[in-house]
Amino acid sequence: MTSHDTTRAPGRREELEEEPTDAPAYEVASRYELHVNGAARTVEEAWLGESLLYVLRERLGLSGAKNACEQGECGSCSVLLDDVVVCACCVLAVDAVGSHVETVEGLTRRGVAADIQTALLDAGGVQCGFCTPGFVVAVYDLLRRRPDAGDLEVREALSGNLCRCTGYGRILEAVRAVQEERSRAGV
Amino acid sequence: MLASSAPTDTRPGARTRPRAGVGADAARPDGVPKVRGEFGFSSDLWMDRMLWGKTLRSPHVSARIVAVDPSPALAIPGVRAVVTAADVPGRPTYGLEVPDQPVFASDVVRYHGEPVAAVAADHPETARAAARAIEVVYEPVEPVVDAERALDAPPLHPDGNLFRHLVIRHGDLDATGEVVVEGAYEVGMQDQAFMGPESGLAVPSEDGGIDLYVATQWLHVDRDQIAASLGMPAERVRLHLAGVGGAFGGREDVSLQIHLCLLALGTGRPVKMVYSRDESFFGHVHRHPAKMWFRHHATRDGDLVKVEARIVLDGGAYLSSSNAVLSNAACFAPGPYRVPNALIDAYAVRTNNPPCGAMRGFGAVQVCYGHEAQMDKLAAALGMDPVELRLHNALERFDRLVTGQVLTGAVPVRECIRAAVAHPLPPAPTPLDPPMARPGGAGLTADHADVRRGVGVAVSVKNVAYSEGFDDYATARVRLEAGVGGEPVATVVAATAEVGQGFVTVAQQIVREELGVVDVLLAPAGTNDIGSAGSSSASRQTWMSGGAIQLACAAIRRQLIARAAASWGCREDSVEWGAGEVVHEGTGERLGLAALLADGAVEAEHEHHHRPTVPLDADGQGDAHLSVMVAAHRAVVDVDPGLGLVKVVQVTTGQDVGRALNPTQVTGQIEGGIAQGIGLAVMEEIVLDEGRVKNPSFTDYLVPTTLDMPAVAATLVEEPEPDAPYGAKGVGEPPAISSGPAVLAAIRDATGLALSRAPVRPEDIALAGHQA
Repeated sequence: MTSHDTTRAPGRREELEEEPTDAPAYEVASRYELHVNGAARTVEEAWLGESLLYVLRERLGLSGAKNACEQGECGSCSVLLDDVVVCACCVLAVDAVGSHVETVEGLTRRGVAADIQTALLDAGGVQCGFCTPGFVVAVYDLLRRRPDAGDLEVREALSGNLCRCTGYGRILEAVRAVQEERSRAGV
Repeated sequence: MLASSAPTDTRPGARTRPRAGVGADAARPDGVPKVRGEFGFSSDLWMDRMLWGKTLRSPHVSARIVAVDPSPALAIPGVRAVVTAADVPGRPTYGLEVPDQPVFASDVVRYHGEPVAAVAADHPETARAAARAIEVVYEPVEPVVDAERALDAPPLHPDGNLFRHLVIRHGDLDATGEVVVEGAYEVGMQDQAFMGPESGLAVPSEDGGIDLYVATQWLHVDRDQIAASLGMPAERVRLHLAGVGGAFGGREDVSLQIHLCLLALGTGRPVKMVYSRDESFFGHVHRHPAKMWFRHHATRDGDLVKVEARIVLDGGAYLSSSNAVLSNAACFAPGPYRVPNALIDAYAVRTNNPPCGAMRGFGAVQVCYGHEAQMDKLAAALGMDPVELRLHNALERFDRLVTGQVLTGAVPVRECIRAAVAHPLPPAPTPLDPPMARPGGAGLTADHADVRRGVGVAVSVKNVAYSEGFDDYATARVRLEAGVGGEPVATVVAATAEVGQGFVTVAQQIVREELGVVDVLLAPAGTNDIGSAGSSSASRQTWMSGGAIQLACAAIRRQLIARAAASWGCREDSVEWGAGEVVHEGTGERLGLAALLADGAVEAEHEHHHRPTVPLDADGQGDAHLSVMVAAHRAVVDVDPGLGLVKVVQVTTGQDVGRALNPTQVTGQIEGGIAQGIGLAVMEEIVLDEGRVKNPSFTDYLVPTTLDMPAVAATLVEEPEPDAPYGAKGVGEPPAISSGPAVLAAIRDATGLALSRAPVRPEDIALAGHQA
């Protein structure tokens, strides 16, 4: 537990106002701003210990990034932080102040991962779908850096994204299909 | 909210593949929201004024509880409620077979991680702090963590330590063979490790009841257990399926359901709970660890004469579904072979280890490691090719299981074996291979010169659906009506849990096939307005819920034919059903669905029971199973014996699917099941130290990644099952059964080591020569 001078428990603002202030030590930020999917988003009265994943999901209504392990092992919470793929569970939200955050919702809105999303569906790469948003972000990032990546390179790049349903066969098939289609289209 | 099949969504990520009936690669109706990150999983639920729940779990494996003091937790601002065993108004226990598991431990804790209390607070971190603040005084007790020892130990529970002892006596027990092989085998504890952690949202309702939105495999059986513990009539406990992030058996048992409802009723506010990954490892049952001994007798020509086996499953602290798991382990201990004589002695035992229950393959997995190792030993003793020995003894239709049951359905064991081994072998390893592709992968540790290749084959058999006289059924209702513009729209109401397997796709395909409609809506699954669908387990939903939908559609067709006959003034048997229309056989007149529905909607509900089965008798004999599914796997591995590292290079399979209703989805089940089989063979194990879980995280419990998964080649063996809708068997479990034993066989082939334990650990290979 952190121990600072601010001693209110985290929670929603209206709840906090009812509370006494001799609570365990949580430092709460009155206000900070995140830049998410191209827009400024204000976060108020939030515990400073909250991860970027928590703030995206629970305070900003962006639940596309998932919470499968919350220790950076599974990739379900993959987002782009200043264009680099990170596990949002391992980034403090306040550390993302001043950076650009893009989530699967942002990629979807911009349409830049549409062919990846369609290929995942056509190849049968989606079952329960819990890992899927993380894979969309990871594949988007891989193919824009390394459009011609071979099988082993693709596997290595995606090895931080766990899937328990598919055994990855249909997901890797989808990546190949996107590579072929983009190469045919000269993208 | 209804999930529409109409692919009119043209936004990015939306798909445009044509709609399709049975046998086609139809698209998942939940696919588009899933790839866009918009699908609502149980952990995504949110409600105004919602609180967060957290469970306090025992740090001890076995202890007496002397005192529980929640007051330090309640003193923390933002904490709204603490509930303990004293706050359970109804039945203090729950369980799938027998309610032997406390909602909260009261007097004793019997396993590491057993729930003792739960809290609700304004913020998840406050809830975590509050759970830690609850003062519990424990008096640790020496745990019993060895299943064999538990049989003779003082009872750990009022119900005793023996869950079930099952003996199968079949044929001449004195029969002997000219060639005898014997071996002891062991399988470790595997975790389902579904990606979406246990989670749900409980909302108190105005009638004093509760609405629970939760990820589960069987809504109605959850509801009944919750209602019993809340002391509330079942109709006031309304369950709604929230998006399920995988299951694999791990969501059959109640986990947070009752805790959440108690917190919501206690605070009068919605309460959400999401397990962290470490809590998920404590929060659900695991695959039973097994210790097994086998003795196989055969003639010199390779005919199996007798199989003897002793099987001990460690059920952990509470029963869960151990009795049914044990039955499968005993019934399928000989594997998919003709065995005229058998003596199988099987025990499921209570210990202070974590509770074990359902996981994909359900008892058939553990014994497959034994019977397949034995078949390889026997082949070696006979000087026969192991594949030839299996083909020689393969079960076929109208053969008997060792339970005496005659197999009347499809049993294509030989076809599966031949299909698995017909796939081309991968190229041999060369010095030019990228080092990443060698054992050790990204560690770049293996030299080509050290790598040895091995090939192994394994075959499996398992029941589909529930067995031993269980009244197994599924309910579905279909409504057909004119939609906007007069186009017919069908709506399916069923409480079937979609857990990722693609039942929702198959449900739509069946309705399109049966009624000739394009638009098929699936109502949300819940307990409110439809009977039970049974569990999404035992590979049963395509057969059971699929069958219920098919039969409801047939009843709708009959109603439409009656409407047409009335309108034409003819007999009903003069009216024929065509694709989406009816035809007057005499006049050739036709009426389309739109015209038939002008008089209003038609609706039909069907409760689909499968053919009855019977309990096993005192000798373990009886027609206890509906039918069986078969699969064969061939694995190719590279091993660095010095480092003990294994790279699975290829797995090929032939799988008995009856008929593939959606080949792409079937392929996905096969590849995913093989991944879990490989996991158990070489990397996945919950490590226990005197009952204490040592690795409850994805850092320490390793599930296969893209770099661990080999190329998979699958052949779907389609021999229609006579009793099943469209001839389709279940497909989920078989790929997870013999894939792992095939990998073990391949590692034995590569190393020459006996390797009688799964998972194979690096030290089992690297230090094999150093052990006394």
